[in-house]
Amino acid sequence: MIVLIPLAAVIDNAFSQGFSSFWSSATSGTALTALWVTLGASIVVAAVGAAMGTLIAWVLVRDEFPGKRFVNALIDLPFALPTIVAALTLIALYGPRSPLGVHLAYTRGAVLIALMFVTLPFVVRSVQPVLIELDPEVEEAAASLGASGATTFRRIVLPALRPAVLSGAALAFARSVGEFGSLVLIAGKVQIASIVIYDDIESDATQAAASLSVVLLAISLIVLVLIRRWGNRDAR
Amino acid sequence: MLVSRRARLSLRALALLYLALLLLLPLGVVFARTFEHGFGAAWGWVTTPAAISAFWLTVLIAAIAVPLNTIFGVGAALILVRSKARGRRVLDALIDLPFLVSPVIVGLALILVYGQTGWFGNWFVQHGIRIIYAPTGMIVATLFVSLPFVVREVAPVLIEVGDEQEQAAATLGASSWQSFWRVTLPSIRWGVAYGVVLTTARALGEIGAVAVVSSNVAGSTLTLPLLVLQRDSQIGPQAISSAYAAGAELAVMSLIVLLVMTMLAPRGRTA
Repeated sequence: MIVLIPLAAVIDNAFSQGFSSFWSSATSGTALTALWVTLGASIVVAAVGAAMGTLIAWVLVRDEFPGKRFVNALIDLPFALPTIVAALTLIALYGPRSPLGVHLAYTRGAVLIALMFVTLPFVVRSVQPVLIELDPEVEEAAASLGASGATTFRRIVLPALRPAVLSGAALAFARSVGEFGSLVLIAGKVQIASIVIYDDIESDATQAAASLSVVLLAISLIVLVLIRRWGNRDAR
Repeated sequence: MLVSRRARLSLRALALLYLALLLLLPLGVVFARTFEHGFGAAWGWVTTPAAISAFWLTVLIAAIAVPLNTIFGVGAALILVRSKARGRRVLDALIDLPFLVSPVIVGLALILVYGQTGWFGNWFVQHGIRIIYAPTGMIVATLFVSLPFVVREVAPVLIEVGDEQEQAAATLGASSWQSFWRVTLPSIRWGVAYGVVLTTARALGEIGAVAVVSSNVAGSTLTLPLLVLQRDSQIGPQAISSAYAAGAELAVMSLIVLLVMTMLAPRGRTA
């Protein structure tokens, strides 16, 4: 398999000098900082993505306005646009020559914006089809029985959407944990896991790179299991 | 939901504002920055030897990776949906791994397998084949990261169309090859096409995995995204202009991809 053999090589290399050297590399100051910064940013991005993604999906499905098709196509832009171009756009907008006068580049704020950009489609695209299938009559019935808009959303719409929102957010989280392209130009001194691994590889610290990679791989596997479990419940 | 007109308008405004700030404004600024010294200057940057070579390498990698992954993707989707082979569920779970693994880790993994000191590195060195720090490695890296797209688009379509027509073809005496070309492929062609477009987008824009296995030499192993990365890390207005020009070139390529995507998008998504 193209996929399994290379990943096995990474795990093998991480443990090549015994478990203790893996553990000391994986829990070194740099590795731990990178891990916490990356996980923290990913959680924030997944949460914002879940809220805004659901909102955008709702507007795209239940609202009518001119130019809706254009907006709908726009959602896919982050998937189509090379991540390095996304990074370039953020530097142009928030960098030293910012036309807005906002200087976010090379800070955590810029990292968050970049991640929100690249993960935007995940929640929207997983919630949208479910919302289309969901019969508006149920919502109308709730409203006719006196439920307010917020109550209807909380009691009727949200339970139906929950699996889709969760699996979309999990994908956004996984993508954020491993993201490199959109961050490499703008992270500056913010310690992002992928960039730390990249720098380790460039400076021939292969074992350190492999150790941090194994930790990230473990996180990816957990997310994979969670997504499949939510997916199955959805299908049942 | 029966939402009051005011609530609906404010939700709509909020969604559109978020999208405009996050997506449209940044893209506009890149084009503005690219053409600030005029169209001629931007064209000059795009046609430097380094930029032309990067363009062709990017196209070459996509031209090899996309067909290979299309064939693999259709095959894997057929196995996942139609056969009852053992290990099907494991394969199903594994297919998604490239989406979840950081591309930098993919690059590292390839070095550890195909690099000089890697598992199979020795064999390749003896036979004079260079994979890592050469275009071959960049192609393998691209294959890896864009693997799941076609499978994930084709498998649901296969489930939806069912296998009754294939069975009918078989009872009428069609070989499995004939039945694939005449019955299966026509019914899944939109799924395949959409998967190919997604694969192409990823192949053109991939940077993390490719950056690790490239030697980053302008004119031979730089793709357009790598050229942007290299130019941006250099100091001076010329390097910056060159980075923006290459970025805008990539943006145009991906806008074309987006256009094709919109035309092919499954009907359910356009509601």
